[in-house]
Amino acid sequence: MSYEPPITDYDEIVENCTCAFCGCNCDDLDYLVKDGHVVAVRHACRLGASKIMEDMDQRLIVPMVRGANGELEEVDWDTALDTAAEYIAKSVRPVFYGWSETSTECMKEGIELGEYIGAVLDNQATICHGPSLQAVQNAGYPIQTLGEVKNRADMIVYSGSNAMNSHPRHMGRYSVFPRGYFRQRGRFDRTVVTMDPKFSDTAKMSDKWIGFEQNGDYGFYNAIRAVLKGKKLTQNVVSGIPAEDIYELVEEMKNAEFGVLFFGLGLTHTLSKQRNIDIAIKMVMDLNRFSKWGLTPMRGHFNVNGFNIFMAYETGFAFGVDFSRGYTRYMLGETNTIDLLVRKEPDCFLVIAADPGAHFPNGANQHLADIPVIQIDIHWGPSTELADVVLPGSFIGVECAGTSYRMDGVPIYMKKAIDKPETCRDDEWIVRELKERVMKLREEPNVAPKYVPNPAAE
Amino acid sequence: MEYILKNGIVYDPANEIKGEKKDVCFKDGKIVEDVSAAAKEIDVTDKIVMPAGVDTHAHVAGPKLVLGRLYRPEDSRRGVTQKTKNERGESGFSIPSCPTTGYRYSRMGYGTVCEAAMPPLEAKHTHEEICIIPNIDINPLTLFGNNWFILEMARENKIDEMAAFISAWLKITKGYGVKIVNPCGSEAWGWGMNVHGYDDKPPYFDVTSREVVRALAKANEKLGLPHSIHIHPNDLGHPGNTNTTIETLDSLKDIVKSNSKAASVRDQIVHCTHMQFHSYTGTNWRDAGSGAEEVAKFLNHNKHVTGDIGQVTLDETTTMTADAPMEYDLYQLSGLKWVNADIECETAAGIIPCIYSPKTPVSTLQWAIGLELFLLTKDPWQINLTTDHPNAGPFTRYPRIISWLMSAPKRISMIENGEVHNWAEKRTSLATLDREYDFYDIATITRASNARVHGFTDRGNLSVGSNADIAVYDLEPNNFDPSKDPEAVEKAFSRAKYTIKDGQIMVQDGEIVSTKPSQVLWTNVKGIEDQEKAVLDQVMPFFTQYYSVKWENYKVHDHFLSNPIRVDVEMEGK
Repeated sequence: MSYEPPITDYDEIVENCTCAFCGCNCDDLDYLVKDGHVVAVRHACRLGASKIMEDMDQRLIVPMVRGANGELEEVDWDTALDTAAEYIAKSVRPVFYGWSETSTECMKEGIELGEYIGAVLDNQATICHGPSLQAVQNAGYPIQTLGEVKNRADMIVYSGSNAMNSHPRHMGRYSVFPRGYFRQRGRFDRTVVTMDPKFSDTAKMSDKWIGFEQNGDYGFYNAIRAVLKGKKLTQNVVSGIPAEDIYELVEEMKNAEFGVLFFGLGLTHTLSKQRNIDIAIKMVMDLNRFSKWGLTPMRGHFNVNGFNIFMAYETGFAFGVDFSRGYTRYMLGETNTIDLLVRKEPDCFLVIAADPGAHFPNGANQHLADIPVIQIDIHWGPSTELADVVLPGSFIGVECAGTSYRMDGVPIYMKKAIDKPETCRDDEWIVRELKERVMKLREEPNVAPKYVPNPAAE
Repeated sequence: MEYILKNGIVYDPANEIKGEKKDVCFKDGKIVEDVSAAAKEIDVTDKIVMPAGVDTHAHVAGPKLVLGRLYRPEDSRRGVTQKTKNERGESGFSIPSCPTTGYRYSRMGYGTVCEAAMPPLEAKHTHEEICIIPNIDINPLTLFGNNWFILEMARENKIDEMAAFISAWLKITKGYGVKIVNPCGSEAWGWGMNVHGYDDKPPYFDVTSREVVRALAKANEKLGLPHSIHIHPNDLGHPGNTNTTIETLDSLKDIVKSNSKAASVRDQIVHCTHMQFHSYTGTNWRDAGSGAEEVAKFLNHNKHVTGDIGQVTLDETTTMTADAPMEYDLYQLSGLKWVNADIECETAAGIIPCIYSPKTPVSTLQWAIGLELFLLTKDPWQINLTTDHPNAGPFTRYPRIISWLMSAPKRISMIENGEVHNWAEKRTSLATLDREYDFYDIATITRASNARVHGFTDRGNLSVGSNADIAVYDLEPNNFDPSKDPEAVEKAFSRAKYTIKDGQIMVQDGEIVSTKPSQVLWTNVKGIEDQEKAVLDQVMPFFTQYYSVKWENYKVHDHFLSNPIRVDVEMEGK
């Protein structure tokens, strides 16, 4: 990496902007703006800075509709919106997927449309921290805000998460390095443990690396719980970790004043899925008998938590909410995007601020190729190749203001710093337009003639 | 638009109207003396007419609620209904979704609800939810009792600074008043501990709960806020906590009430919430008993205190409070799935499902203590009906509680035919209490007193010029004995014949006929801007270093408020 001189040629600095990359939602960014473009970003990590500065890279600029020859053709906004609205209005099983990289203000429009037409609303949790949410519903959720970690924590555990690469400022801003009120020496006042089969960059920064076997997480946490409950381990080695190391670790965890477990997809997506998180949560609960412990899932997108929170207060359910019958249904494995797609149920797919083309299993994408797909996004991606209508949105936190929720549930109003490209529109506007156009095209289905109370709530 | 409600039997305790047959007129959202002949007539002959309900204390919007919904889909499923022309689909029993909350309150004839705990750091979240709740106005109380700045100022007894801090933080969070939850205890929970009693200190902070509460009460009166301090004392839910409760309330006796215009509406200098949870005797749950008599006696002799009950309704519900150590205690008792949510430098929160079964001794004891408090407190103006929703039961059970209060035979039969555990009889005096509330008393504890406690003048009454927030119930009090037919009482209060909010008919014959966006009420203190600035300058270095968000991103932007009602308070003597 060669030396890059600092940028000195800029018109203005916009301070305290919020990064629209990962679930850290760092809100201390300074954008250096020149000629309506962000030319440099201060305080951000490489991931955040490059996303913000390279905002025009592979940018979707104008609306497009797939023509008779199978190619995407540039059209005006009215044509694109009308085509999209028609696809939605004609469908009987639409799925609106994504939402994790847009604002809650946009989601508000989305849920109105979804409730009206009877869609399934789902977000990336279905393919990332869905098991965590499932586990939370099984076992509970002892969490804390990240500032609490900064001020109090003397033991930090990363499990199945390589924060150094995925959330580069997490350790620096919130957990390991900052000088907190009760941790004035920062890093020196904390013990850092990484639990991961891989000797990751985070493990390199840690005091201790527990390299349990792949898929060994459940057994490992089970062993910790057993020791916490005063049991003796009958095996000499559990999940590849010697028993004496487990005893030692448990002792350390019990003696911490304030410990926090951060876990990522390494834990949610190994063999035991949500059961891994179940047992990790229960371990944290057990630890609270000895000292103070909490956990936080390392949420990926900057507003993936926001969508779950938003849906919970709007409908009572966090993700995978099905409105097709005129009332809310939520059943994991039934009303989630992947399951619906592999069962070939959806007949229209709206993807907003997400890239199923890049992330979904092949079977799911095969069905996407067969049905109308409407994409609202700012960048080209594999999903664009699947899309029949492309609606170019704007960049929340840079070109457009909006609310997001950090991984720990702290809401942040992300402000606008520059103007969006002239031909693009705000996500919120696009979804509102779609809603209004669909409402003109079709009567609301599945409306009960009269309110019938649910006897279980009487 | 003009309306006249014809020939109703009006209960308006604020104006001492005790069931008189009269008309109520309203025009353009306000109650008026008279209307023209063109007014639309609504015939409510012989039906009960009251001001719309005001809830003194409930948890309806905010991060805790969302965590509850997120982790209890089983509760959300309990209340699912199909959408109609006027209503979105509902969900939830103890933790209904936001739209559901508005509809259900509206159906019961309520117009205003106090959201009792708003953590400043996540105030934006609370306001986002308030925007979604239809039909009711909401005044959120900002949490101060474990705020680090407050703890420090209380230690140094800097009342002026604290007042300026509160004033600034109410503006930043768009809060209505000062909420205190387990003072010092939730801070101690940062280390997995709790404080025990009123004179205990949390680790590292050299200040007692007593010092914090007294300082906040003084600062509150210095500002002359419309609401007094709103306290959830220490030791909630612990047998033997009656002493702590009385000690807390007694320690505030000497504090002089502000004579500001806003504060003159209320009588109290402290509002003690969910008193039922704070009125236990004994040393553990084996020998626990009722402290209701003692607490009620204290209330009867001390007019500086008001309270609400937190009546247990004998349902499966979800408890959630900023008293996180107490929730952990409950987790240890029940082993059910436990949520904890600590918030940096400010507060904590805990959630756990709870099954109040009439077959278990403790739940029954709690149920009976709540009713005892209602029946032993002489002045209904001092006591408000709440369930501390959703902690002791969902707010949709208010009508059932009303029916219990209005019918001694009902209560006796529940005890005698074994509908509830025999602790109700053995450990409380409930079976010996034959007092029955009348409709006037009910109107007092569900609207008039509640409004006065919160310092509202524009609601909770039917005075000319007040908001046209009116509820009509399908009961004819002159040919009906509520004591004999509690089921009819419950039914009528569950489904209002009419609910009118700001002159708009929301509910007709128990059905939602229209909706309107909620409004948030917040308090704006004027006249100490310089002191506010000084205190902000003083706390800023600390804030910058120890919070995890930037100051600019901390405050609640106007963007989050839809049509707010700003309550201006003029600071006097400055």
